[in-house]
Amino acid sequence: MSDPIIRMTNIEKHFGSVIALAGVTVEFHPGECHCLLGDNGAGKSTFIKTMSGVHKPTAGTIEFEGAEMNFADPRDAITAGIATVYQDLAMIPLMSVSRNFFMGNEPRKKVAGMSFFDHEHANDVTMSEMKKMGINLRGPDQAVGTLSGGERQTVAIARAVHFGAKVLILDEPTSALGVRQTANVLATVDRVRKQGIAVVFITHNVRHAMAVGDRFTVLNRGKTYGTASRGEITPEALQDMMAGGEELATLEGSLGGTV
Amino acid sequence: MSDATNSDERIKQTSRFRQALIRPELGGMVGTVAVFTFFLLFAFDSGMFNSQGVMNWSVVSAQFMIIAVGACLLMIAGEFDLSVGSMIGFAGMMIAIFGITLGWPMWMAIIITFVICVAFGALNGYIVVRTGLPSFIVTLATLFILRGFTIFIPQTLERKTIIGGIREAAEGDWLAPIFGGKVLTGFFQWMGDVGIISVFTRGNLEGQPVVSGIPMLIVWALALVVFGHILLTRTRFGNWIFAAGGDAQAARYTGVPVDRVKILMFMFTAFCATVFAVCQVMEFGSAGADRGLLKEFEAIIAVVIGGALLTGGYGSVIGAALGALIFGVVQQGLFFANVESSLFRVFLGVILLFAVILNTYIRRMITGER
Repeated sequence: MSDPIIRMTNIEKHFGSVIALAGVTVEFHPGECHCLLGDNGAGKSTFIKTMSGVHKPTAGTIEFEGAEMNFADPRDAITAGIATVYQDLAMIPLMSVSRNFFMGNEPRKKVAGMSFFDHEHANDVTMSEMKKMGINLRGPDQAVGTLSGGERQTVAIARAVHFGAKVLILDEPTSALGVRQTANVLATVDRVRKQGIAVVFITHNVRHAMAVGDRFTVLNRGKTYGTASRGEITPEALQDMMAGGEELATLEGSLGGTV
Repeated sequence: MSDATNSDERIKQTSRFRQALIRPELGGMVGTVAVFTFFLLFAFDSGMFNSQGVMNWSVVSAQFMIIAVGACLLMIAGEFDLSVGSMIGFAGMMIAIFGITLGWPMWMAIIITFVICVAFGALNGYIVVRTGLPSFIVTLATLFILRGFTIFIPQTLERKTIIGGIREAAEGDWLAPIFGGKVLTGFFQWMGDVGIISVFTRGNLEGQPVVSGIPMLIVWALALVVFGHILLTRTRFGNWIFAAGGDAQAARYTGVPVDRVKILMFMFTAFCATVFAVCQVMEFGSAGADRGLLKEFEAIIAVVIGGALLTGGYGSVIGAALGALIFGVVQQGLFFANVESSLFRVFLGVILLFAVILNTYIRRMITGER
């Protein structure tokens, strides 16, 4: 087994008197899709925000490629190679795909000693990257607002990968998508994983997790129930752990195992 | 491109014409053409289009342009500055206080005034980004604070609210002509000599052209428009301006320094207001406590006519400049056409409403909202 690219040990995060994370330990490996499951309020979002430098952990250590890291802000994490695709995507609908793609990483060229936004380069890269992901744009100046949810997700992922992400965190990428768009996004995740990137896939949909996951970690009330590999655990068991066990068993009976 | 084979069959082809329409400057362009057509048809003989007339509305438009460029970039960055008008009055008064009351050399008065005003802009921005309050309310407070000082300070020091004598004090100064001077005077003399533009036929100015040169005010306006346009569309910082106004949180996630962008835009708006003020006091030779009243709204109106969205993230400096041009041409044109000047406000209200409706429509076309 390869060394983990990122290891989070006993991470705790308190917001005032609220304990959002009460000691979470997880390892992530390159080339693997690690699913982080949990119900609403389980601490998934807080956990990934800690990993991506938005929050500082109250206690615990983050090791990245073997060295301990202290991210001051998201920019540090991005520079190190930890990219996050948030639920709300960090895309600006009124701006073109190309401007969005390079937002915060604008290519520049020097003209007469002054540096300008290199639109030509940006447009070329955007078109070719989108083509690789199977999205045909009308043009690089097409506004992101005209893309579907799945396409936006794919643009966001392509952007993260293009800018050298080693760890790609996806925050509920499929929660708002239809069936076909979900399939597209899952296929994208698979493609990214094969490039040797560690994918952290946050979801509360067990089926989506089972479709692409190599490893599964369940969070509940700020704690982890441990990590299982693919084949070691059944969807039903995952579902039960997410819900905190017993209650769902009775519910499931009445719903006929459809949850 | 393999558009025909791979594209989504449910998306209708949009015509090139329609695509060309989807740009922020559209309203401004249409408006400019309409306004010029109108006045060429109905006021051609009024003197509006001889050299003096052109200079008249050009100067007024240039004034609007200077503050519109600042307001435009700030609005695209997602914020408002309602203190522009007060800042104009305040900056003018500071120059008079430093240069006349305290008797400092004019260049020093101008530079110190710039520093103070841009610092106020930074303070506006700092308060907005730190508190997260709407800039509308923060700068409304600044509007009253600055206006109050603009009246209080000269009353306390000079027992009056208009301070004159600035032109005399600026005589021979190296910096003042950059705001109050004229360029291309030789060219205009030549045009007068060969009869392209009219010359004075009597008095001590006999033989000199009626328009003696391009005021620096117009040079500043054009320079700021070019600067603003390039900054917005051709630089990395321009992308950050769009991003900060489009969705500040999304921009932060991708590492855009949103707070810095916003504070810098507040400072730039204050800078533009100060340029306006310095040009104005150099032209009038005096500073008055009531200068710049309502300018903040005129700037915002020009920007909106120019196609910027009030909600930020979308707009164009060229559009704002056209908005300012429309504003200036109509205001002065109605005067030339002998139309009751109060009707200007009616026109302004109507065109503002049309501009906002058109902008909303364009925004829907861009984002595909319904």
